[in-house]
Amino acid sequence: MKELICILCPRGCRLQVDDDLNVTGNFCPRGIIYAKTEMTNPTRVLTSTVKIKAKNAVRLSVKTSQAVPKGKMFDCMRELDKVMVEAPIHIGDVVIHNICDTGVNVIATKDIEE
Amino acid sequence: MIERDLVIIGGGSAGMAAAIGAYDDGVKDIIIIEKGRQLGGILNQCIHNGFGLEEFKEQLTGPEFMTRLIVEIQKRKIDVRYQSNVLNLTKDKVVTFSNSIDGIVKIKAKAVILATGCYERSAGAIQIPGERPSGIITAGTAQLYLNEMGALVGKRIFILGSGDIGLIMARRLTLEGAKVLGVSEIMPYSNGLNHNIVQCLHDFDIPLFLSHTVTKTIGKSRLEKIEISQVDDNFNPITGTEKVFEIDTLLLSIGLIPSNDLLKKLGLPVSKARGAIVDEHYMSDIPGIFSTGNVLHVHDLADFVTAESRSCGKGAAAYIFDKWDLNAPCFNVSPGKNILYVVPHRVRLANLEDHLTVKFRVNKPLKDQVLIFTFNGQIIKKIIKPIIIPSEMQKVRLPKELFATQEGELIVSAEDRT
Repeated sequence: MKELICILCPRGCRLQVDDDLNVTGNFCPRGIIYAKTEMTNPTRVLTSTVKIKAKNAVRLSVKTSQAVPKGKMFDCMRELDKVMVEAPIHIGDVVIHNICDTGVNVIATKDIEE
Repeated sequence: MIERDLVIIGGGSAGMAAAIGAYDDGVKDIIIIEKGRQLGGILNQCIHNGFGLEEFKEQLTGPEFMTRLIVEIQKRKIDVRYQSNVLNLTKDKVVTFSNSIDGIVKIKAKAVILATGCYERSAGAIQIPGERPSGIITAGTAQLYLNEMGALVGKRIFILGSGDIGLIMARRLTLEGAKVLGVSEIMPYSNGLNHNIVQCLHDFDIPLFLSHTVTKTIGKSRLEKIEISQVDDNFNPITGTEKVFEIDTLLLSIGLIPSNDLLKKLGLPVSKARGAIVDEHYMSDIPGIFSTGNVLHVHDLADFVTAESRSCGKGAAAYIFDKWDLNAPCFNVSPGKNILYVVPHRVRLANLEDHLTVKFRVNKPLKDQVLIFTFNGQIIKKIIKPIIIPSEMQKVRLPKELFATQEGELIVSAEDRT
């Protein structure tokens, strides 16, 4: 039996999930889907920064374009440490393709012109 | 002295949204005075996700959210002065600011919007017993150092206070290789949003110590240890419950306070939310001086700041074009049982388009409640709330038709559902 707090709305239902993935404690059906995903393959969008060569900035904020498996977050962080980009850079520009074989790109989340 | 229609102090999400709102209602002669090198304010360092669901119907990071607003400011060619400090604001709306390019400038404005945001409560405000080594800083400062300068503030970290910035920094510092040993919260409940407790603490097995506070800081030049203790119902530490953590950095996430220096300078009263007392269009007691965003009351989300400020900008436009009756009858809005504060504080019904939005917070976590809106003794609306917590701002729209008269008092309260 595992207890989860549903993060889909501010109500924050306390969900109980048993070994056969039966969910209780949910106020609405979305809680069941959340709990099952969370128990089988939890994923998160990772946000961080990379080094940048620019006039007035030293870091560029980035994110994974989609959620990556939770267990791969630290591997992704190590990859980000190796990257150095150069201005100009724009929101959506790909900084790393297919990070850690997740099939997900890391993209810039800020415009840095010079 | 130069003359401008609208001066906006602050170029964060509040200032930008107010400028867009005013411009689109016909005010073209706007100047934004910004202290930083770029627009966006605190969103520059809020690189995490979770912005934009209300405003843009998609998940954005802080910088992405802010860029959407910056693009709108640029499209409208709104005049922005960077790295500028406001030195003075007078009751007759003369704004004095300075920067290294323009020198000292005086502007006579038709209207002024205060959009100066908020600041973090710091160590001095809570007087932690013990020594005063380096390594005790606010969570937002650590966020600035890490996200904008690429500097990690410490390797072994404890966080005092469970505000959202502290929770977000617990995750961020952990991902960057620091060890976060725990978060303590003096209240018996968390002050952060539930989804941050899950994503930032549970995901990384960071313990949350409720009803605990830091009772000693130890260290010669750099912080070496802290002691935390459990507290009783009166927040006094309980002897025998002490735990010691060997750390090099203590982050404080103990609350945000509106940056209201200009308001105080004007001699205006301060509300329970530590902001201005305002009407339905966020105008203060001085006609033509407005206040919006986190300087008015601290919001949960930049989305809410943006919506409020756009509406404030529209209010300023209506004031500049003399579209309101400032002498119209007015009713007061007051917090009732279990309510910490309500915004706005008074309302001229005649100046509302079709509805009034009231925003408020409860003063403690409550279960099975009914929110009750009473106007001159009559209940005009009830909303059932299974759970309601102080860290989640409530926003309720009340259609104009609900108000039978234009004067009197609207009281917002939360009562047990029995």
